[in-house]
Amino acid sequence: MSKELIRLSDLKMVFDDEVVLNSINLYINDREFLTLLGPSGCGKTTTLRIIGGFQKPTSGDVFFDGVRINDVPPHKRKVNTVFQKYALFTHMNIFENVAFGLRIAKVPEKEIQRRVEEALELVNLPGYGKRSVDSLSGGQQQRIAIARAIVNRPQVLLLDEPLGALDLKLRKDMQIELKKIQQQVGITFIYVTHDQEEALTMSDTIVVMDKGNIQQIGSPTDIYNEPKNAFVADFIGESNIIDGIMHADGVVGMYGKKFPCLDKGFAKDEPVDVVIRPEDIDIVPVEQGQLTGTVTEVTFKGVHYDTIVDFRGFKWLIQTTDYSPVGTKIGVKIDPDGFHVMKKSAYSGTFGDYSSYSDEYDELNEEAEDGDEE
Amino acid sequence: MKSKGVAVPYVIWMALFVVIPLILVVVYAFTTRTGGFTLENFASMGQYVGVFGRSFLLALVATLVCILLGYPLAYLLAREQSRLRGMATLLIMLPMWMNFLLRTYSWVFLLERNGFFNTLLSTLGLPKLDIIDTSAAVVLGMVYNFLPFMVLPIFSVIEKIDPRVIEAAQDLGANDRQVFRRIVFPLSLPGVLSGVTMVFIPSVSTFVISKLLGGGMTLLLGDLIEMQFLGAAYNPHLGSAISLVMMVIVLACMGIMNRFGEGEGEAVVL
Repeated sequence: MSKELIRLSDLKMVFDDEVVLNSINLYINDREFLTLLGPSGCGKTTTLRIIGGFQKPTSGDVFFDGVRINDVPPHKRKVNTVFQKYALFTHMNIFENVAFGLRIAKVPEKEIQRRVEEALELVNLPGYGKRSVDSLSGGQQQRIAIARAIVNRPQVLLLDEPLGALDLKLRKDMQIELKKIQQQVGITFIYVTHDQEEALTMSDTIVVMDKGNIQQIGSPTDIYNEPKNAFVADFIGESNIIDGIMHADGVVGMYGKKFPCLDKGFAKDEPVDVVIRPEDIDIVPVEQGQLTGTVTEVTFKGVHYDTIVDFRGFKWLIQTTDYSPVGTKIGVKIDPDGFHVMKKSAYSGTFGDYSSYSDEYDELNEEAEDGDEE
Repeated sequence: MKSKGVAVPYVIWMALFVVIPLILVVVYAFTTRTGGFTLENFASMGQYVGVFGRSFLLALVATLVCILLGYPLAYLLAREQSRLRGMATLLIMLPMWMNFLLRTYSWVFLLERNGFFNTLLSTLGLPKLDIIDTSAAVVLGMVYNFLPFMVLPIFSVIEKIDPRVIEAAQDLGANDRQVFRRIVFPLSLPGVLSGVTMVFIPSVSTFVISKLLGGGMTLLLGDLIEMQFLGAAYNPHLGSAISLVMMVIVLACMGIMNRFGEGEGEAVVL
């Protein structure tokens, strides 16, 4: 087991009567890649800024290596930050940008030379020292921002949506690169993003946040396969979330029918939320289906079709490589391990219906754009 | 095509009010009263070296004082978050809305031998302040009149510095003093350059301030030029020549300064 490095204890943050963080308890291990994931305004950036020392919590404590650091100013903390819009120093060249922290720390000139070169190599931009900040592309500036932070050998690197301003292709490359860098330098990364795919790709641990509360902490597979409530299920990947009743261990009821599943430990006939991932549903001929519905919308996505199927007024999203034209009646079959049963929560009933599927896509896109402003 | 059409009024404007007057100045500077070509106007300028020197020296001192007073003021204002900032900006702007002549006259009233300050001082039993009709009074007048032109560009540049850049510097270990010295100050230099231009040029060419506060004892270039056009020494040809030389020197100064601040963004050349 790796040792605990940072502990957030009962953190609360209130701005002008608005509760931004509501009792955050979290510990972060040494050398862990931990991601704070959530929609705009969920409090993830505030949490990061508290760890960096840029904001003081209204109440609660921050511990670093067992020492309370609430009152330690940012320039005395052993953490470095990679900012959302890079925040490079435009009046210095690349070398001086990266060397900034070392010069402040009065590291000997020779060592500065060596370490800056090393850092530039680490981010795949060797020999860029003489260039000006403006001559670099967004992706390159992002790497310089990472080099500028890492060159100081911090124990923890804080990253505030560092890939938010990059295009999709570059973002995917940088995700892999960041993970590689983290493993090479062997330090803790605390990463903030609203992009669930980014979180799943890179993290050891994901902390899903909404409305100032932690919704779930777990590994990417845990979070994806065993979401704790409707919010997490909807935010991480696509989910059909259906009202159900847990008849007995291994038997869940929906639409008045009984289905075999793997979940257990619920009270008899307890009302539950049933999550079915779109890729876990097979389309079969009507007579073989556990349920039957009508196709209302088909979208070609490249790898698969997004098929929207109406089951008595509740619309499901099914992702399959089989093409079913709009208007056909189809049957569906779900394996027992395709069901995930959750206890009812405050989020029940607010997510998981695909009646307004295209609207939801728009919202997601808007959020990706708005994310910058947070 | 369309964009060219839109530009026509500006071209006419520039021709009428910038190019033609400039050409006139050049023509006058190189001609005699009878209209013949001459370099006499420039040759006779040697006797005015003292005036040139005094003008540039006083303008330089005024500009330096403006930097020393204006920079801290602009910095504090830009860092100030509350309503105080709007209030203070208003107070800085307010004198600019008043007539220039009136403002300068009010200083005459304040500084006169039996003016406001001296009356106040003698009531308190302190020695009189004998400042009117000296170079010091002229510099004071320049600083008072042109300080806002130093404060505002510096203020706007500092205000636009991304707070994340400052946070980044803190994050990398810089304390407040280091943040200022290594980040805020270098990034604010373009504002200082603009401010210097906007204070230096009107200072070097002023004539009202030196006339009123200098009491005719400190003759500046502006006064000299004015005399050639309005005074008994009526000689617009010499006046044009002096203007031309002054313009060339000012342009050269600005050119050197811009070279100095290269890569920091260019200072505004008015």
